[in-house]
Amino acid sequence: MLEDLTDAERTALAQCRHAVLGAERPLRLDCGVDLGPYRVAYQTYGTLNADKSNAILVCHALTGDQFVAERHPVTGKGGWWDSLVGPGKVLDPARYHIICANVLGGCMGTTGPLASEPGSGQPWNLRFPVVTIGDMVRAQAALLDHLGIADLFCVLGGSMGGMQVLEWAASHGRRVFSAVPIACAARHSAQNIAFHEVGRQAIMADPEWKGGDYRLHQTVPARGLAVARMTAHITYLSEQALQRKFGRALQDRNALGFGFDADFQVESYLRHQGSTFVDRFDANSYLYITRAMDYFDLAGAHGGVLANAFRGSPTRFCLMSFTSDWLFPTRESREIVHALNAAAANVSFVEVESDKGHDAFLLDEPEMFRTLAGFLKGAAAVRGLKEAA
Amino acid sequence: MTAIRVDLQIIADMVAPDTRALDVGCGDGALLAYLVNFKRVDARGMELSQAGVNACVANGLSVIQGDADTDLGDYPDSAFDYVILGQTLQATREPREVLRQMLRVGKRAIVSFPNFAHWQVRLRMVFGGRMPQTASLPYKWYDTPNIHLCSIDDFRALCADMGVRIERAIVLNSKSRPIHMPPLLANLVGEQAVFMLRRD
Repeated sequence: MLEDLTDAERTALAQCRHAVLGAERPLRLDCGVDLGPYRVAYQTYGTLNADKSNAILVCHALTGDQFVAERHPVTGKGGWWDSLVGPGKVLDPARYHIICANVLGGCMGTTGPLASEPGSGQPWNLRFPVVTIGDMVRAQAALLDHLGIADLFCVLGGSMGGMQVLEWAASHGRRVFSAVPIACAARHSAQNIAFHEVGRQAIMADPEWKGGDYRLHQTVPARGLAVARMTAHITYLSEQALQRKFGRALQDRNALGFGFDADFQVESYLRHQGSTFVDRFDANSYLYITRAMDYFDLAGAHGGVLANAFRGSPTRFCLMSFTSDWLFPTRESREIVHALNAAAANVSFVEVESDKGHDAFLLDEPEMFRTLAGFLKGAAAVRGLKEAA
Repeated sequence: MTAIRVDLQIIADMVAPDTRALDVGCGDGALLAYLVNFKRVDARGMELSQAGVNACVANGLSVIQGDADTDLGDYPDSAFDYVILGQTLQATREPREVLRQMLRVGKRAIVSFPNFAHWQVRLRMVFGGRMPQTASLPYKWYDTPNIHLCSIDDFRALCADMGVRIERAIVLNSKSRPIHMPPLLANLVGEQAVFMLRRD
């Protein structure tokens, strides 16, 4: 299982922890397949306290990974939530034991389409079973069992990470003291599925993709994956942010080129986003994880009534959305709030004023930090969690 | 954070410890914080202004953005021991429906409101010939959010009409001190009132 790693996986696993799970009790996936053994790559920050009451699970988004708050071993860039997690930050390792696991289907060390199929020894590629947000969360729960952590002080995450937070609260509510789903929805909208489909089609239309068996052919569907990333990246930004950042400014030239080079800065920017993404992400993994988001429908899984997902929930919720996020607009968060109210759950909801679009949840947003700090302070007081020594 | 406004203190004193309460129109969360910290109440808030909500949540309080007129309908029956509406009833579009919802969602409702039959209001109207402007009603007629003002007796009449039991009624003078007078006089001297209601 560990032998057929990509360079990126090998590098990642050398800088984080991992657990091989499901050897005896395989993971029953939503599609009906039993998966096992499987590997979960994860990272931790801070120490678990004596009564194991300070564990926080961070759930990463579509293209995130377990390297929340450190120099990324593959890209060399800072952690994706450096602004939030670290000494003196809202999530301070001096106080909390922070865990983040690469999702099932991912490509930074956790089992996904890159892994080898038991029996054949060949990479799963497209024979890997389609996984869901529920499956990702079950794998995380199995990891916590393995680590001996019965319950979490908090589960938080944005975007697809927020979907996992909702799934945690709905399916494992007794293990979740507080939950912070940020910039997300209880189900993926038609528009969001449509954008994902464009990305997937771009990957599959790349001749180098080879029906998903590109590693066998020693090719990389780089063009397709880059286009998928470019499309997705537009949805992460607001129209105002794009306009403010680039306008119609030209790239390295004083006049239009009358050709199809990147005349405009915005084109050059997107091309850069696309090409750097290819260096750190796997195309098949992208197909599987976008699919998991598309399949997410928490109300659908509870008889069509979202409130049923949260009946009797003991969890304290804090939802956040951003005014300029059109991928997961505020009304999606409000629907969750209405459902939580209908279940009489303990819920806070803050809409943060920002013109940075969906990406805002990853950026320096003081209002988001203030909200989260206050919410965690209140939750810690109720939980009886002591201040950092 | 020990002293809160006198009228809020009167409401807080009506709430039994270790209960569940929803404060509708919770503003900066002063009452919520008091209930949480001093009476161990599982207290939630609803506030119209997003800035108010954000400030409350940053203080560790459980608050959502919402409107008394539209959002009480979300909650299940008897979800709370108390639903509190402080100085807001007169600004709702349908006060009667808001009261009905409060008593559906809560086992008890606590409502405070300015008395439109206060002697200063009467004087200004009758002798001044102008829309009243007082300490508790500081707005001009064209910018007031108060679209459904009532007197203490009007409110009692509504309660009777709705078949709602009045468990307690406290009338406050202009210094927010409780006054003890027969209803007719209280309706003249009282500047505001706090009622605790219960479904009959």
